[in-house]
Amino acid sequence: MLTLKNVRKTFNAGTINEKRALTGVNLHLDRGDFVTIIGGNGAGKSTLMNMVAGVYPIDAGTIELDGENISRLSESRRARYLGRVFQDPMMGTAANMQIAENLAMAKRRGKPRTLAWGVTKAEKAEYAEKLKELGLGLETRLTAKVGLLSGGQRQALTLLMATLTEPKLLLLDEHTAALDPKTAAKVLELTEQIVGEHNLTTMMVTHNMNDAIRMGNRLIMMHEGNIIYDVSGEEKRHLTVKDLLQKFEEVSGGELANDRMLLS
Amino acid sequence: MALALLSAVSQGILWGIMVLGVFITYKLLDIADLTVDGSFALGGCVCAVLVVGGADPTVAIFGALVAGCVAGAVTGLLHTVFEIPAILAGILTQIGLWSVNLRIMGKSNTPLLKNDTIFSAVGDLTGLSTNAVAMIVGVAVAVVIICALYWFFGTEIGSACRATGSNEAMVRALGVNTKVTKMIALTLSNGLVGLSGGLICESQKYADIGMGTGAIVIGLAAIVIGEVLWRLLPFAKAHAFGGVLTSAVVGSVVYFLIRAVVLQMGMDANDMKLLSAIIVALALCIPVVWEKYQLRRAYARASRLEGGAE
Repeated sequence: MLTLKNVRKTFNAGTINEKRALTGVNLHLDRGDFVTIIGGNGAGKSTLMNMVAGVYPIDAGTIELDGENISRLSESRRARYLGRVFQDPMMGTAANMQIAENLAMAKRRGKPRTLAWGVTKAEKAEYAEKLKELGLGLETRLTAKVGLLSGGQRQALTLLMATLTEPKLLLLDEHTAALDPKTAAKVLELTEQIVGEHNLTTMMVTHNMNDAIRMGNRLIMMHEGNIIYDVSGEEKRHLTVKDLLQKFEEVSGGELANDRMLLS
Repeated sequence: MALALLSAVSQGILWGIMVLGVFITYKLLDIADLTVDGSFALGGCVCAVLVVGGADPTVAIFGALVAGCVAGAVTGLLHTVFEIPAILAGILTQIGLWSVNLRIMGKSNTPLLKNDTIFSAVGDLTGLSTNAVAMIVGVAVAVVIICALYWFFGTEIGSACRATGSNEAMVRALGVNTKVTKMIALTLSNGLVGLSGGLICESQKYADIGMGTGAIVIGLAAIVIGEVLWRLLPFAKAHAFGGVLTSAVVGSVVYFLIRAVVLQMGMDANDMKLLSAIIVALALCIPVVWEKYQLRRAYARASRLEGGAE
């Protein structure tokens, strides 16, 4: 499904701020895999997601999706295959446009835009139906500006938008990190519901080790720009947070000492 | 006085087409596009040269529109392909256009005294006064453009353009090439500005190299005036797109009315640019100051309440 071969990325190469963000990552995902990704700050988790999404070009290596080499495709060209939810709830939606307009643009992800009407009547009914499934009462507010919604509502909406046209790969980049615990739990619940419904191939970066263990069928730990631990199936099911911490110390020779990860 | 006000209204409507152009970049794309000063004069110059050269006045107006589009596309290319900041890209095109406009006319102004214009044609047909004709033509063109913009920004491409101004990262993630949407918006915007320049040229019967100077400030002033007036309307829905577009043209009319009044009151015409700048600056300052004032008041009230509870 998704295959990364020796993907490298260095930011600010040759300067004092040089940051080797990815140092030759190899990764293969099968169709229907739900991978959770954890790691300390600067481990390369977000960079990995951004490389797959094409936000920045990669320095070396190849990224293949469903047999197609997408390494050199622009972000907007790759968008037809990818659904994305970002850490910042503001990033996934256009604040001064209506809920229906946001959904309509997501519905047309990857399709050429024409001079046809931006939101049709039939669509609105469909969106109301889908919004109802979120259980946030948004189905009656189709013409409300997205800027009026809370962070959690916006994130749930972004999640719906990302999956409105079924993506080949769903990228969730710490999409609950900016939410309060209760809202985060709700968005995660929706995530599991939507991913399960369509059996989506998913990559989810999280700083919450419990979530990382509980969700998905595979877990990846990153450190200093590469994957240091990759576990799936039965073995993953029996993991504990303690195991993960121990594993990290073992492989990296340091501690996965990140307050944010330990506290959450 | 009445005549001056009447003339201000007709002028305001014709300039209103330019304001619609500025609206696209400033309000929808969130870019202050300084190409406008150049593309407005470009539209006027191209129109004048075509009319003097014997072209049909309607064709000349169309030529002004196309010329404006080209100017906008140049700014668009500089901004999107070569990643020059939008303001600087606009300034570069504007400065370059000064020379281009002089080249087009071959001199610093072109009178159309003996030539037919669309205004004289309509005047001959109806026998109405110059101001009435300018108003009728202006309103007709404005209505057509407002309808066209309303339609366009409701389409898939138009929605993508609006979203580009709102959240570029999101639009790219949804598979839209934002370089294309920015190009479309800048081209369309300056096309309207050029069209307006052509109309003004034919209505005042001359084109002048300096006719676009300060156009961007007039555009911004008209937009903020229109916005305030629109909000004051009790029945207005703040975001109804057709109303917002119309208010931009109304803002332009009000701007020219204010101008006519202060000029009648004896203000030097050369001070008008300062007045425009002050109007725009005030319009941008007031919301900021107001919000700070509200915050301070809310804090003072909260402290008073707490003090009372103790």
